Amino acid sequence: MVRSGTLILNAAARLLLPLQLLFSVFLLLRGHDEPGGGFIAGLVASGAFALYLFSQGRHALGEMLKVSPRDLIGMGLLFGVVSTLPGWWAGEPFFTAQWWTIPIIDFKASTPLIFDIGVYLVVVGSVLTAITALVDTDQTEHDPTGHSKTDHDQPHQDV
Amino acid sequence: MQLAVLGGFAVAAMAPLLHRWFGARTPMVMALLPAFLAAWLIGQWPVIAAGEVLLLEWAWVPGLDISLTFLIDGLAWLFAMLITVIGALVLVYSGEYLRGHRDLPRFLVVITAFMMSMLGLVLADNLITLFVFWELTSVTSYLLIGFNHTDLAARKAALQGLLVTVGGGLALLAGFVLLALAGDSWSLHELAQRGDLLRGHDLYTPLLICVLLGAFTKSAQFPFHFWLPNAMAAPTPVSAYLHSATMVKAGVYLLARLHPALGGTEGWVITLSLVGAVTMVTGAFLAMQHTNVKKLLAYSTVMGLGTLTMLLGIGTEKALVAFAVFLLAHSLYKGALFMVAGILDHETGTKDVTAMGGLRHLMPVTAIVAGVAGLSLAGLPPLLGFVGKELMLTSVLEAPSWRLLILLLAFTAAFLTLAVAAIIVLRPFFGKRQETPRPPHDPSRVMLAGPGLLAALSLLFGLAPGLLDPVVGAVVAGIGAPEAKVHLALWHGLNLPLALSLASLALGLTAYRFWDRLRGGLARLAPLTRRGPEAGYDALMAGLVALADGQTRFLQNGYIRNYLVMTLLVLVGLVGHALFFRHGLAPDVALSVYFHEAVTAGLMIAGALAACVMRSRLAAVAALGVMGFSIALTFVLFSAPDLAITQLLVETLTVILLVLVLFRLPRFATLSTPIERLRDLVVASLTGGLITLLMLAVLSGERLPRISDYMVANSQPLGHGHNIVNVILVDFRALDTLGEMFVLALAAIGVFAMLRFHAAPGEGVDREGRRNLASTEDDHG
Repeated sequence: MVRSGTLILNAAARLLLPLQLLFSVFLLLRGHDEPGGGFIAGLVASGAFALYLFSQGRHALGEMLKVSPRDLIGMGLLFGVVSTLPGWWAGEPFFTAQWWTIPIIDFKASTPLIFDIGVYLVVVGSVLTAITALVDTDQTEHDPTGHSKTDHDQPHQDV
Repeated sequence: MQLAVLGGFAVAAMAPLLHRWFGARTPMVMALLPAFLAAWLIGQWPVIAAGEVLLLEWAWVPGLDISLTFLIDGLAWLFAMLITVIGALVLVYSGEYLRGHRDLPRFLVVITAFMMSMLGLVLADNLITLFVFWELTSVTSYLLIGFNHTDLAARKAALQGLLVTVGGGLALLAGFVLLALAGDSWSLHELAQRGDLLRGHDLYTPLLICVLLGAFTKSAQFPFHFWLPNAMAAPTPVSAYLHSATMVKAGVYLLARLHPALGGTEGWVITLSLVGAVTMVTGAFLAMQHTNVKKLLAYSTVMGLGTLTMLLGIGTEKALVAFAVFLLAHSLYKGALFMVAGILDHETGTKDVTAMGGLRHLMPVTAIVAGVAGLSLAGLPPLLGFVGKELMLTSVLEAPSWRLLILLLAFTAAFLTLAVAAIIVLRPFFGKRQETPRPPHDPSRVMLAGPGLLAALSLLFGLAPGLLDPVVGAVVAGIGAPEAKVHLALWHGLNLPLALSLASLALGLTAYRFWDRLRGGLARLAPLTRRGPEAGYDALMAGLVALADGQTRFLQNGYIRNYLVMTLLVLVGLVGHALFFRHGLAPDVALSVYFHEAVTAGLMIAGALAACVMRSRLAAVAALGVMGFSIALTFVLFSAPDLAITQLLVETLTVILLVLVLFRLPRFATLSTPIERLRDLVVASLTGGLITLLMLAVLSGERLPRISDYMVANSQPLGHGHNIVNVILVDFRALDTLGEMFVLALAAIGVFAMLRFHAAPGEGVDREGRRNLASTEDDHG
């Protein structure tokens, strides 16, 4: 079902992807003070990857991502859990937010930011896991070269 | 001490490692742990003997009043000594019994962990800590009974023991909570001083029932006695340890510990003495029906536990002294006899006493050990068992209520026990020599050391019971008779208890003489015992499974429409109830609606209605989209940019997902009946109406305090952020968000698993996926 799109979609997706991802990171980093945040940024990034998937195909997305979307979920959860620990280190209750300023670039680093990155990764990972799983089952059912060809396929139906 | 107990668990975990270093000598090495603990306890004896109570403070969760504080008084000291000394002997013994067994390291891990749990149980001063150790003993005992996990009967017995004791444990937890509420303390030594307060409290009866349920199940009292003989599926060292000396005595220990706090009331006296007495007779009577030496011993343990409970129920000073002596005597002879039973099994290859005979020539040392321990079980002089039994009969003669009935039961139990002792000792070692599966001979000295020492102690304390005076005095002081003058003696002169003993001797030997015929007669009663409490347990378990099955079929039937209806109805029920009874259904709110707001709301309603009536999926999705974007518009109108962006993005992604799914669905069809659609309409209207009312109630006023004020005020100063929504998500309510992250991850993995592994026959699923599915089914099956 997912085929390489038209030329225009192809070109647009290639151009848009870096912009969208950059925008998502921008949303993620500014989220604490302006509209944005990990959840929204994650949704934007997922949208970007979905567009790329529709235009370039499942294989190209896998090539570009390098990691399985499920691994992104795991990494996100790890970020989330790790961000709870510095509070303990500082002798305060579990999950207490910690703030540091990185000197040269004058950047506010904090455990809520680490946590937000975790949210971002979990959102991207979850959405992509669902989408790629849907696309993959689709391909195994319709792709004659798939490694487990079905014997009697269900007739393809349009809506 | 706390460190020693907690460290003991670490030693337990290290058993496989130690086994790699020391090989077959590992049990000996590990026996050093309880041996050292016993030595430490002996070192504390002067303090205990002086009548002081050792309180080792150790905070655990101070905020909840939970501490790991240990309390060592006479009672705890005696129990701890039994646990450590018999524990060390059992470890040494098990090294021989399980020599070369593949799973010896696993056995050592669990039995050491059990030992430490038991030690924690008898030393704990805090109710919660006691409960934690209590449950740990249940779990470790489950693992030990099921040690031969390839044996179905062993697994079943293990589960039965676990369910009975843990079921009682639940009641016990409730009882402890009530106890702490009534006594306003979680500490046992403080509760012991508030006996009058507790006995007069309104909660006394419920808390007593709960605590007794816990203690009775643990100590195999009637009608929960059935799990203990079944637990004999465990290896013999386990039976010797758990089911004679320690775990089953945990319930009795608890009753003794709570005696000063709860004892002495009419309910306590009658319940304990009657339940104990009935348990005594049940145990002794059922023992007569069995020829398996371990079952015989198990039922006689049930009898012994009944005796202890009964003595606590009687509760007079004499009864408490009898309790302490009987407790010690029982642990010594029963531990020895179980180990002898293990030796018989090990050497002859059979557990059936009728298949043995004349072994005294081949196993002289074992015969002597068994004889001494058996005489103590029978309650014959000059052994400690005799002292215990005389004291028991004396205190029964002074029982405050139901004296005659209890006396009758106690006498019956006494002569039946004597017969059981005769069966266990005379049958295998005397009489005609019988061929056994294996040619028997005395086992190694290591294996005989444990039972030999315990039997020797029975004899020593029997000949010189005065040695025990200070110990018994300290125990009795701990359970509510601090002024007692204890003076034990073997010979009390010619009195009624002695006469009763003589009568029970005659009757018991007669019963032994005619045992074979008696057993035949008792076998005819089998249908009756089959309808006993164990049948009740089986029926209960079957019912539980049927109930789980039924409710799963009804509630979890796999149709998402049913889940939705159920979830929404519960929501309507609970929220509606709270709303109606707390706030009424008439919100007084003056609505001032602008034109553009009305248009947005109209769009939403139109979208929802259109989605319901559309007969094409794509159109329905588009209608839902209209609704979603209108919601986003509302957020914009009420200046919530974050929510608006989120809503827009979610709408977009929903479209993507729907596009992927729509192609996979069959052609649009109307499958539901009009009645089902009517039902859905009712549920939907109820939910929608309720949520509307809820919103209006929230808007209508000051009755509900606003939490957003706090968030708005503190977002910048505490959270260092201007975006309140984000600060709430990642700081104020970060723990909730973390939970939601896990939910999201689980949902994604669920989608992945469902799409990947939905292995209907002939459908395209890769080989790996199908194999995975098969293995998960096996796990469940």
